[in-house]
Amino acid sequence: MSRFLLCLGGSVYGAERGKAGTEVRDRGCFAAHTRSGMHPFEKTVCLQKCGDTEDMQQQIIRETFHLVSKRDDNVCNFLEGGSLIGGSDYKLIYRHYATLYFVFCVDSSESELGILDLIQVFVETLDKCFENVCELDLIFHMDKVHYILQEVVMGGMVLETNMNEIVAQVEVQNRMEKSEGGLSAAPARAVSAVKNMNLPEIPRNINIGDINIKVPSLSPF
Amino acid sequence: MMTNLSRTSFTILDDSSPFLASLRLNMPAPIRLRELIRTIRTARTQAEEREMIQKECAAIRSSFREEDNTYRCRNVAKLLYMHMLGYPAHFGQLECLKLIASQKFTDKRIGYLGAMLLLDERQDVHLLMTNCIKNDLNHSTQYVQGLALCTLGCMGSSEMCRDLAGEVEKLLKTSNSYLRKKAALCAVHVIRKVPELMEMFLPATKNLLSEKNHGVLHTSVVLLTEMCERSPDMLAHFRKLVPQLVRILKNLIMSGYSPEHDVSGISDPFLQVRILRLLRILGKGDDDSSEAMNDILAQVATNTETSKNVGNAILYETVLTIMDIKSESGLRVLAINILGRFLLNNDKNIRYVALTSLLKTVQTDHNAVQRHRSTIVDCLKDLDVSIKRRAMELSFALVNGNNIRGMMKELLYFLDSCDPEFKADCASGVFLAAEKYAPSKRWHIDTIMRVLTTAGSYVRDDSVPNLIQLITNSVEMHAYTVQRLYKALLDDISQQPLVQVASWCIGEYGDLLLSGQCEEEEPIQVTEDEVLDVLEGLLVSNLSTPVTRGYSLTAIMKLSTRFSSVNRIKKVVSIYGSSIDVELQQRAVEYNALFKKYDHMRPALLERMPIMEKTASNGPTEIVQTNGETEPSVVEPKHPPPINQPASQGNDLLDLLGGNDVPVIQTTMPTKPASAGGELLDLLGDLSLGGPAPAPAPPAPTSQPPFLLDGLSSQPLFNDIAAAGIPPMTAYNKNGLKIDFTFERANPNPNVAVITIHASNSTEADMTDFVFQAAVPKTFQLQLLSPSSNVVPALNQGTVTQVIRVLNQQKQQLRMRIKLTYTHKGSAVQDLAEVNNFPPQSWQ
Repeated sequence: MSRFLLCLGGSVYGAERGKAGTEVRDRGCFAAHTRSGMHPFEKTVCLQKCGDTEDMQQQIIRETFHLVSKRDDNVCNFLEGGSLIGGSDYKLIYRHYATLYFVFCVDSSESELGILDLIQVFVETLDKCFENVCELDLIFHMDKVHYILQEVVMGGMVLETNMNEIVAQVEVQNRMEKSEGGLSAAPARAVSAVKNMNLPEIPRNINIGDINIKVPSLSPF
Repeated sequence: MMTNLSRTSFTILDDSSPFLASLRLNMPAPIRLRELIRTIRTARTQAEEREMIQKECAAIRSSFREEDNTYRCRNVAKLLYMHMLGYPAHFGQLECLKLIASQKFTDKRIGYLGAMLLLDERQDVHLLMTNCIKNDLNHSTQYVQGLALCTLGCMGSSEMCRDLAGEVEKLLKTSNSYLRKKAALCAVHVIRKVPELMEMFLPATKNLLSEKNHGVLHTSVVLLTEMCERSPDMLAHFRKLVPQLVRILKNLIMSGYSPEHDVSGISDPFLQVRILRLLRILGKGDDDSSEAMNDILAQVATNTETSKNVGNAILYETVLTIMDIKSESGLRVLAINILGRFLLNNDKNIRYVALTSLLKTVQTDHNAVQRHRSTIVDCLKDLDVSIKRRAMELSFALVNGNNIRGMMKELLYFLDSCDPEFKADCASGVFLAAEKYAPSKRWHIDTIMRVLTTAGSYVRDDSVPNLIQLITNSVEMHAYTVQRLYKALLDDISQQPLVQVASWCIGEYGDLLLSGQCEEEEPIQVTEDEVLDVLEGLLVSNLSTPVTRGYSLTAIMKLSTRFSSVNRIKKVVSIYGSSIDVELQQRAVEYNALFKKYDHMRPALLERMPIMEKTASNGPTEIVQTNGETEPSVVEPKHPPPINQPASQGNDLLDLLGGNDVPVIQTTMPTKPASAGGELLDLLGDLSLGGPAPAPAPPAPTSQPPFLLDGLSSQPLFNDIAAAGIPPMTAYNKNGLKIDFTFERANPNPNVAVITIHASNSTEADMTDFVFQAAVPKTFQLQLLSPSSNVVPALNQGTVTQVIRVLNQQKQQLRMRIKLTYTHKGSAVQDLAEVNNFPPQSWQ
């Protein structure tokens, strides 16, 4: 089962700040914890170390980003667990898409290669839901991302891998929300609004075309 | 029409138009989530960001206080964003509960999300949700039910699980696949939290595998796996499902293209992997089930298309299943060969999993894995640390008597070039392998020295004494070794473990170094002064640690009986008598005394170490040191006081010379009739009387070796175990506090002594905050159970009892230090005492 899923993308955020000449920080833009407190052993580890406190969460994000971002693209996508993520039974399994890293922390009950496929399914689903997903979608719609994740993974266990089914269920729920007035606008409109809003501010540093993740350019399965 | 309308109103609301704002009278609408995110992202420093967040948090708090229902969900959403950024958001917990109780789906959705992110079972607040979840599990909308299931499956505590398991079980039986799959995972969570509820789900599992929906099938297999892993009964029960699982798997690989479940040309690889995992558990150790799945496994192994990751994921899982169940031998060979093919794959991920699984199978199919040795060794050169680590572990697992020379060459080369993070593990791996399979002593010594020169600062502490022991025991290699080490010292004095071993050897075998009797190598010509120069160099070098200096000073001291330049040595020793390093100073002062007062004993004391006895483990070897540190040195008062000094000095000496882990030296002493034997033995006897059990570390406590120090030891040894009738003793009696010990032997382990303390108080005031602590030497293990009370009532009106369990593997005499703290008449009392008059039956 998985302990948490992080989606890390430090570069755009960092670049923005770097331009301002103050500080460049690595920052997880989205951290979803599919947490569990299952086994008695895991309970203690998990409660203290799965990022239950804000500090711990930040520490895990920083540490994970540090570990993952220094790895080349031509090395394997597995990292042996450190003490921070729960010890040797846990592995970090990640995929790198453009400026984003999707990092799963899983225990030995999951197939390593299977999780790589799962990340691919998750990202393709995000892409379908957001029409060419980019980092900003994840930042501005972290609630939506959580909802999508809830249809894929539940309590740290894989729930559904059929992309059409996931998208359909999420969309029905989004429509229900919208019919009630909603929390914010529909994803597509919001994205275009965000993009329009951001472009004049920092025209040179963010090239939206590059950030976008298009499914055809994803690494072949 | 309807949607259009709602969308318009939504836009107005969303833009927080002045119109709406004026409707809301005095309170301005809180800014939208998107607005907030945009604002926060404009922050240029962390401080600026923090300030914005604080301002917003204040606004949210006041909005919460006003019980604002309209914007609650927006506020919680903002709070969740801040939580994601790492800011405290716990004050929103109760708001989440309010949202969950709301009728609106939007509210519930955010509320449940917030509950999953902000709440966990540490907070009692989560229990307030139980009723809401219960209602929502019975809601008419499947999505609301889904949210409730998801939340329960994510963060439900055991109380919650107990309360709601019935609802989950009901949903597990519905025909709605969206709910059924979630209910199955929720059931897994419930079982993990409250295993005894497992039985309850058993009836519902009956029809799970006949389900057509793959989501439900997938989660059902997860549920079945969980139940099988938890209970052997369930495992036996579900073995009858093997044919059904095999059929599902067969359909998956045989069915043509189905767009619903296709991932890169393979039909639902996730389900295939899950089924293979369940088959692995069901087939493990069961002939019939294994037999039933042999065919399908062979089919999957040969038919799966492996150009893509998905195919390899399935193949990998198949291999693991084949290796775990009682499969046919042909199938096992096929599996290992698939892994061999994986090793050559270009994809690093595949190589990684191949190494991982070969490591798992190396114990059972050693020869099959051995065939891929060269490929595995090649992986040591991989750039990827994850692969390197796996390859290193596997390489060590593959070392045996036949390939040790070749493998060690590769591994030593790896040790040379690898990242620092690998060095420690690699070095200890080399030590272990060399100890197990060394073809010759010379090779063994060479290998260890090579490790010490290349990765000296990374080796574990015990490698120094181990190497010293190895060298001592290879008598014919002494001259060769000391010469090699001397040369190594000339090259480099920065690797501390190497320098320590070298100093020790030069001290021991300095005479061999000078005589140049080495047959294996070109003898070197050195003079006494050159050797002493090197050792003195170590004493003053900045690179030397205090321990190294100790080794070096002792080596110089030992050379005083092997070299003729005694005066120079005397001088060095006396100089360090005023060293600022206390340890070094003490040694120097003691050595000085040895020169002056006890010169007649010096040759005997500094004599060459006898060959050490090989012990299986490093466990019991701390005795020497323990004796030196904790024993009161005056045991036989009839000795004139000065005699104690050489005694403790000899003691220190042994402790230094022997290092921490070199096994007991005294045992073999009497076999070497030393020139000053009588006195020496006397000294050692003195030592051993201090702790009458310098037990020569018997490998098993039952077989007492010929106890050579018997005559010196004042305590006779009993071998019989007096299980009953151990007399009680008084351990402490002071200031009105009396502590009695009663004994019994724990069954079934006779090595454990169970001691019950009884504390009583004869004064007229209670002793409060009473704490009893005990410590034993390192060779024992002690467990203190909790006391019956922390108040010892006055006037012997009652006792405090506490149970101590002492594990005494070596059957040594029990000694204990106790510490008592209590408050008596308002003042805190603390006292220490040593207990060493335990009745012999309590420890034999």
